[in-house]
Amino acid sequence: MTAVVAEHDDHHDHHDHGPEKGVLRWIFTTNHKDIGTLYLVFGLIMFFVGGAMALVIRSELFEPGLQFVDPNFFNSMTTMHALVMVFGAVMPAFVGLANWMIPMMIGAPDMALPRMNNMSFWMLVAGVLLLASTLFMEGGAPSGGWTFYPPLVFQNGKSFPFAIFSVHLLGISSIMGAINVIATIFNMRAPGMTLMKMPLFVWTWLITAFLLIAIMPVFAGAVTMLLTDKFFDTSFFDAAGGGDPVLYQHIFWFFGHPEVYVMILPTFGVASTIIPVFARKPLFGYASMVYATGAIAFLSFIVWAHHMFTVGMPVAGELYFMYATMLIAIPTGVKVFNWTATMWKGSMTFETPMLFSIAFVVLFTMGGFTGLMMSVAPVDFQYHDTYFIVAHFHYTLVPASIFILMAAGYFWLPKWTGNMYNEKIGRLHFWLSAVSVNILFFPQHFLGLAGMPRRIPDYAIQFADWNMVSSIGAFIYGFSQLLFVYIVIDTIRGGTGEKVSDEVWEDASKHSLEWTVPSPAPYHTFSTPPARIPTEHF
Amino acid sequence: MSEDIGQKNTKLVRKLALVAIAMFGFGYALVPLYDVLCDLTGLNGKVEGQAVQETAYQVDKSREVTVEFLTSLNESTPMLFRSEVKSMKVHPGEYYTVNFYAKNTTNMPMIAQAIPSITPGLAAEFFKKTQCFCFTEQTFAANEEKTMPVRFVVEPTLPERYKTVTLAYTFFDNTNISKK
Repeated sequence: MTAVVAEHDDHHDHHDHGPEKGVLRWIFTTNHKDIGTLYLVFGLIMFFVGGAMALVIRSELFEPGLQFVDPNFFNSMTTMHALVMVFGAVMPAFVGLANWMIPMMIGAPDMALPRMNNMSFWMLVAGVLLLASTLFMEGGAPSGGWTFYPPLVFQNGKSFPFAIFSVHLLGISSIMGAINVIATIFNMRAPGMTLMKMPLFVWTWLITAFLLIAIMPVFAGAVTMLLTDKFFDTSFFDAAGGGDPVLYQHIFWFFGHPEVYVMILPTFGVASTIIPVFARKPLFGYASMVYATGAIAFLSFIVWAHHMFTVGMPVAGELYFMYATMLIAIPTGVKVFNWTATMWKGSMTFETPMLFSIAFVVLFTMGGFTGLMMSVAPVDFQYHDTYFIVAHFHYTLVPASIFILMAAGYFWLPKWTGNMYNEKIGRLHFWLSAVSVNILFFPQHFLGLAGMPRRIPDYAIQFADWNMVSSIGAFIYGFSQLLFVYIVIDTIRGGTGEKVSDEVWEDASKHSLEWTVPSPAPYHTFSTPPARIPTEHF
Repeated sequence: MSEDIGQKNTKLVRKLALVAIAMFGFGYALVPLYDVLCDLTGLNGKVEGQAVQETAYQVDKSREVTVEFLTSLNESTPMLFRSEVKSMKVHPGEYYTVNFYAKNTTNMPMIAQAIPSITPGLAAEFFKKTQCFCFTEQTFAANEEKTMPVRFVVEPTLPERYKTVTLAYTFFDNTNISKK
C-alpha cells in the first residue's frame, strides 16, 4: 500500500510508480488505465453473456413452434438480453474507453476523482450481479421487457424488487462516472488544450456525461414509483387509484430516448477519431461535429413520445413528436456527410479499425433511415412493436456501437499493450461480422413489415424462412466474435511480435495526444503537461 | 494535482450532484405536470370525476352522434360487467340514460371502482355525466348483481368532426386496498 499512499501525498515526484502486485491491484486501483481495463474487460464479458441470451432467443425462433425454452424464460431472455447489453456491455465499454483515453487525450495525469472512479466500477459489478441473480429466483428473471411497463411488470415474481434495486445501483454508478468525466474535462485539461481543441471523442463523452446526469435520476425515480406502487399502495400508474399507466411510458421515454444517445454519441466520437487517422486528413468540419453532437443531445429530450405513437395521443401531439423526431436527421446527417467528406480524396488504408469504422458509417446510416421511417406517425402504427423496430435499433446498436467498440479495440490495443494485433485475423473478424450482421438483422425488416410481433417465442409459419436466415446469421455473428477475444489475448501476450512505435499509426500523433506517449502507455502519463497540443483534428 | 484543482473539483462535483438530485425530483414532478398538461389540453381522455348539474341545452335534432359503450375488467377482477346496449345514436344537447349491469361472482363482499375513459380524448370535455357509478367506489355483497344507470349528455358545442364517441369503463377490484 505504500506505493499508493506515496502516489497521493507526493505531488512533485515524477518517478514512475508501477502498479501493485497481485489481485488487490485490481480491487483497490485508482489508476485510470487500470479502471479503464476493468470496465472494458467487464463489458466484453457481459457482451458474451448478453450474446448467449440472444442466441437462446434466436435458437427458439429458428423454427416455428416451441422447441427449447418455455415462453416465460424466453421473455426473460429478451428482457435480460436488453438490460445486460445496454447496462452491462455497451455503456461500461464506453466508460472504459473514457477512462483510458480521456486523460491521455487531454494531457491529464488521471481522472479528476480517482477513488470515486473505483467505486463506480465496483458498484456497476454489484448492480449487474444483482440483476443476474434474478435468473435463479422464483418466477424467473424480469420478463416484461426492458422498459418495465406497468401493469405487466408487476406480474414478475420475486425478481421485481431486485431488478429495481439493480437499476438503482447501475444508475448511481453511471452518474458517478459521468460526474467524473465532466470534472476531468473541465478541470484537468493540459494548458493550451482549449475546449475546441479537444478530440471529438472527448467532446462526445462530455455531452454524454451531461445526458447521463440528467436522465439516470429520472429513470431511478420512475422505477422507484413502480416499487412503491407494488409494495406501498401508491397509485402513480394504477388506474384504480387515479393513476395512469401511460404516465410511466412518458417518464420512461423521457429517460429512454436520451439513453439511446448515451450509447451512440461516444460511438460517433470514436468514429470521428479513427476515420481521419486512416484517411490521413484532418476531420472534416470539426466545429460542426461538436455542434451537431450538442444538437442531437438537445433534441433527444423533446422527442420521447415517438416511442408511444400508439397509446392514443391526439393528432397535434403525434404531429409535434413526428416533426421533432425528423429534425434529428439533420445533425445526424451532418455527421455522416462529415465522415464521408473526411474520407473524400484521403490517402486511405484499410486496417481493421478503419474497416469497422467504414462499415459503421454505412450500416448506421441504414439504421438511421429506418428510424426516419418510423418517425412518420401514421406508418408507425404498422411498424410499432414488430420486428421492424427490432431491426432498426439493432442496426443502430450492433453494426454501430458494437462495431465501433471493436474498432476502438483494434485502434488502441497497440497503444495499451505495446504489441501489434494480428491484422489477418482482425480482417477475418471484420468480414465475418459485417456479412453475418446483415444476414442476422436485414431479414428482420421483412418480418416486421409482414407483421411479426416482437417478444414472442412462437410465430405463424409464414415467418419461418426469414427467421431461419436471421438465426443462421446470429450464430455466425455470435461465434465470430470469439475471434476478437482470441486477438485481444494474443495481442496482450505479444501479438505479431513486432514492436509498435509510439504513434502506432502513421502520423497519428498529429491527431491526438495519446500517440505521443510511449507504447505501451506507461502506468502514469502526463505527470507533467504535454509541451505541444496536436491540432490536426482542429 | 494541486490544491487549486482539488477545490475546483469539489465545487464542480457538488454542483453536478445537486443537478442529479434535482433531476430525481424532476422525475416525480413529471407526475403532477403530466396531470396538469392533460387537464389543460384534454389530451388523454380523462373525464371529470364528479357529477355535473343537469342544465338544459338547445337540442340539436339535425345532428346525430354515435356513442359506444365499452366495458372491461382489470385482470383478476372477478365480475361480470356489461352495458344494456353496445351503442346508441344521440342528439347533442339531449339527456340519455343507459344501464350498466355488474355482478360480483365471488362469495365474498367486494369493493370495486370503475374508471371511465373517453375516446377521442379531445371529445372528453364535451361529454357530461349527471349520474354515474364511477364517481364513487361500489360495494357489492357476495354474488350481488347491480343495475347502475349512467345519465349523460353530449354538449352541442362538440365539434362537427366527431361522429363517434366511445365511453369505456374498466372495473378494478379494490377490496384489498380499500379495507386498509
